[in-house]
Amino acid sequence: MWKGLTTNVLSHDAAIYENSFPVEGGTFDNAGHVSSQIKALLTRMKLSKKVVRRAALVTYEAEINICSYANRGRIHLRVTPEHVTVEAIDEGQGIADIELAMQAGYSTATERIREMGFGAGMGLCNIKNFSDFFRISSEIGKGTHLKMVIRIDKDFDGI
Amino acid sequence: MNLDTIVKELDLKVLSGQDRLDAEVSGGYVGDLLSDVMANSKEGDLWFTRQIHQNIVAVASLKDHAGIVVIQGAEPAADTLEKARKEGIPILASARPGFETIGRVFNMIAATKSPEEADI
Ligand SMILES: Nc1ncnc2c1ncn2[C@@H]1O[C@H](COP(=O)(O)OP(=O)(O)OP(=O)(O)O)[C@@H](O)[C@H]1O
Ligand SMILES: [Mg+2]
Repeated sequence: MWKGLTTNVLSHDAAIYENSFPVEGGTFDNAGHVSSQIKALLTRMKLSKKVVRRAALVTYEAEINICSYANRGRIHLRVTPEHVTVEAIDEGQGIADIELAMQAGYSTATERIREMGFGAGMGLCNIKNFSDFFRISSEIGKGTHLKMVIRIDKDFDGI
Repeated sequence: MNLDTIVKELDLKVLSGQDRLDAEVSGGYVGDLLSDVMANSKEGDLWFTRQIHQNIVAVASLKDHAGIVVIQGAEPAADTLEKARKEGIPILASARPGFETIGRVFNMIAATKSPEEADI
């Protein structure tokens, strides 16, 4: 479910940077590592602080969800002169009811996950609120695919 | 106001980031739910929490916080401190009750701001 435009609008915008990072599922030992790497990369590319922080936030929530609910995953980063695109693709249990999962406060986090401060049921809402385009699809028993796009030129004062 | 002033006034124990105490503290945020802190805290905030898991370091770093204050006598795990030292994130410990710690820091920061910019 796209919040705004369709993909073709974005696709003729050539990549100036593209990379893919593995994320381990089922453990929090390295949780946040990919988000930190991506934040450092975007900062070095001299993107504005707001864009960097929004990209870091959506990446972080997607990364933590892979650590929490999937077996393994990858985060793809693509930067063009106009957009930062982050895709999180995992192999795992998938989401049975996406509409429900998107509701603020809905969480299936275990006690172990909650003890660390996760499981407020806000991650997917944060992703939606802090990206300009957001799409989520999932297949039970297969995995979940998130796509988030942040417009570099857009003045956004939510963060 | 820099972090060092707050550390001295409240007698906080510096557990990591000793060399980053010159960081400017522009406000504060209180929270134990990481996705709440991710969404609502701001750059330059001092973050007050009871969470001690190493993930607090990533949150503070991603959000450009001035530092983390662990309240209610909570003691961060060894791997949390190790990570914080590596990333240069100050973690400070307060032995006082959270309410008192936060209230005192609030007053210190508010005193440095004019009423119009008192949104800390
Ligand atoms: N990658 C995923 N694979 C399988 N299930 C997922 C995935 N991401 C989210 N979910 C499901 O959607 C629910 C809501 O996710 P969301 O990120 O919004 O909240 P949370 O992870 O439970 O808590 P928070 O993100 O606030 O720490 C999760 O509890 C989980 O059931
Ligand atoms: Mg989550």
